[in-house]
Amino acid sequence: MENRVPTGAEKLIQCLEREGVEYIFGYSGGAAMPIFDALVDSSIELILVRHEQGAAHMADGYARATGKPGVVLVTSGPGATNTVTGLLTSQMDSVPVVVLTGQTISPMLGKDGFQEADVTGITYAVVKHSYLLKDAADIPRSTREAFHIATTGRPGPVLIDLPKDVTQGPCDAAFVDDVDLPGYTVPTHGDPNVIRQAAEILQAAKRPVLYVGHGAVISQAGKAVIRLAEKLRAPIVNTLLGKGAADETHPLHLGMLGMHGTAYANKAVDACDCIMAIGARWDDRITGKLDEFCLDATKIHIDIDPAEFGKMVTPDVAIAGDARLVLEELIPQVSAADTEEWLDQCARWRKRYPLKYAKQGGLRAQLVLDKLNEITRGDAVLTTDVGQHQMWAAQFCQSTTNRHWISSGGAGTMGFGFPAAIGAQLGCPDKKVWAICGDGGFQMTQAELATSAIHELPVKCLVINNNFLGMVRQWQELFFENRLSGVDLVGNPDFVKLAQAYGVQAWRIRRPSDVERVLTEAHEYDEGPCLVVAEVVKEDNVFPMIPAGAPLSGMIIEKPKEQMAKPTGST
Amino acid sequence: MSSPTPIHNSPGFRPIEPGNAEKTNRDLHTISLLVRDAPGVLVRVAMVFSRRGYNIESLVVSPGARSGFSRMTVTCSGDPAILEQMIKQLAKLVDVVHALDHTSSHRFETEIALIKIRCEGEARREALEIAEHFNAKVVDYAAESVILRVYGSSEKLDAMISLFADEAVVELVRSGKIVMTRALEVT
Repeated sequence: MENRVPTGAEKLIQCLEREGVEYIFGYSGGAAMPIFDALVDSSIELILVRHEQGAAHMADGYARATGKPGVVLVTSGPGATNTVTGLLTSQMDSVPVVVLTGQTISPMLGKDGFQEADVTGITYAVVKHSYLLKDAADIPRSTREAFHIATTGRPGPVLIDLPKDVTQGPCDAAFVDDVDLPGYTVPTHGDPNVIRQAAEILQAAKRPVLYVGHGAVISQAGKAVIRLAEKLRAPIVNTLLGKGAADETHPLHLGMLGMHGTAYANKAVDACDCIMAIGARWDDRITGKLDEFCLDATKIHIDIDPAEFGKMVTPDVAIAGDARLVLEELIPQVSAADTEEWLDQCARWRKRYPLKYAKQGGLRAQLVLDKLNEITRGDAVLTTDVGQHQMWAAQFCQSTTNRHWISSGGAGTMGFGFPAAIGAQLGCPDKKVWAICGDGGFQMTQAELATSAIHELPVKCLVINNNFLGMVRQWQELFFENRLSGVDLVGNPDFVKLAQAYGVQAWRIRRPSDVERVLTEAHEYDEGPCLVVAEVVKEDNVFPMIPAGAPLSGMIIEKPKEQMAKPTGST
Repeated sequence: MSSPTPIHNSPGFRPIEPGNAEKTNRDLHTISLLVRDAPGVLVRVAMVFSRRGYNIESLVVSPGARSGFSRMTVTCSGDPAILEQMIKQLAKLVDVVHALDHTSSHRFETEIALIKIRCEGEARREALEIAEHFNAKVVDYAAESVILRVYGSSEKLDAMISLFADEAVVELVRSGKIVMTRALEVT
């Protein structure tokens, strides 16, 4: 046995073990059988999912919660194509994921063999990089490169397509430690001259704002952000994905900015004279109408990906580098600043435009999330799905800890939240993990209830059920004369019975008075997965809101009396 | 062939359409790439253009000076700010060592064209005169046709081709532009 040359699949699994992989999220099939066979003797634990999309989101959630790459293993053809949504999600949000796909035997490539799909071809647009391995000797090098590329610089998904003859045949290639990628350079420290320039601009600013994105989470720049903010006396705002990098309960923190951000965050950004993006990319949800965005502000942009400079906003100073390293170099170059007038103004906005919701008229999603925030106090990992519940969670659940907030931002992938929580729970076994989902998104990947039950994961799922696709309904109400189309989720299952069918503990909340008791009980429950369904009012709207394509000054705090024009911005 | 064909009827010349004036020759950008000779690199490069609905005017791929590397020369027209961002996205590709816009650099550019002309008698004499004027070489001499090979700047090729009537040009194959910066500057 010892003298036998390993198969390509065995070599692959050994390479994954050397990369420190703990879990593989996978679903088997013909072309991947040699790899699944090699897993039998491996220390790596296979998490058998119920749909490949679930595997991709679990790997993504695992990666976001731990900072380590998530690994997916699926078969060829439909197995591989079912991961495409997950790849897009990870690519848009810069998440390190390695996806291994089985493929038909290499002599059959291009001949429409059973379960053949041109997987590298289909996925070019949604990966950071990819490989089609036609020679087993390339397995160690390509695997090492894949993990290096996925996890360094601006992280992202990497796909390796593995024909079955390659994994089944022998592979005596040696392990590889170093990578040789002449086309792949990663900026780290940033140009000192440019950093000095940024420091001077920040020092001179009267109304500075620090705008923090996912890059700050990835580089663990949160503490440096707080130090800089305290020194400059500058307010902090963060994006949806930047939540948790810098403690949102800090007095200088104004919460999330953008389309559904806090009014005071948006007012501060609209009025600032200097804005520094820290690992953020001036997304259209953030800037609103670009032509009117921060017209009077000097713009500084820190990004590890130079292709982001000038893509949306042309910065006055662009610093290519790791957010934390750049900030650590920058902080000693600024001295204590006095911006009390500006902070007073921000405080007045905070007081005048607080986040609020109706306390009467039935159970409100905001109340449920407000209570969840009180119970979890930033200690739990929260994942969300996409829609109204996501925005309310972003508003009311204050993130205090890095990697404790996991949400599909760029892609806006419904069905992400629950499997992402399963991945996060596996990555963080000692933490409480809550998935916050809507009734629409939860049903897209609800089959993963089985995965959570089999592994007895204490993951908690909160389904905010309004029997509507609420965000689209909100837009139809505000911009389409309330002509409802394709948003009524009549026929929703009884989510409590659904959970119970999988052996998952479940509760229902109908009245505001039940919220605290049930959420606390679920929070303390640790014998396995559990689900709470909150039957909330059918029609409610997320405010504040900046209609897509409107400038920040076009923010609305409540529903306008008259019908609004259709938004001009993207989606 | 006694009077030259009006230039807007000539092959190789892209007419200016109303409201589309920015897509003229003068806005053509020449981008050179040094890439790893890896499967899929051409698709990845092309997708940076195609995802925006941009059209590549010409593309030349050839082996580089060192084994394992290839050269690409892309000509493309479009908004300069968008092209600048696209070049950054090209440079970001793992298999792309570098991507540079040579539109305003000191450079030498050339292109080759093969032109098959249907010609007999007097027309043949005129074709050969044009060829001689543009330093083109006759590489095939058949009873009813000739093939001319011409190289030089793309503008020179445009000018020569424009002198033949549409119906006389049976086939036209152009290599696409290749470029190299002058002195020791990196292409």
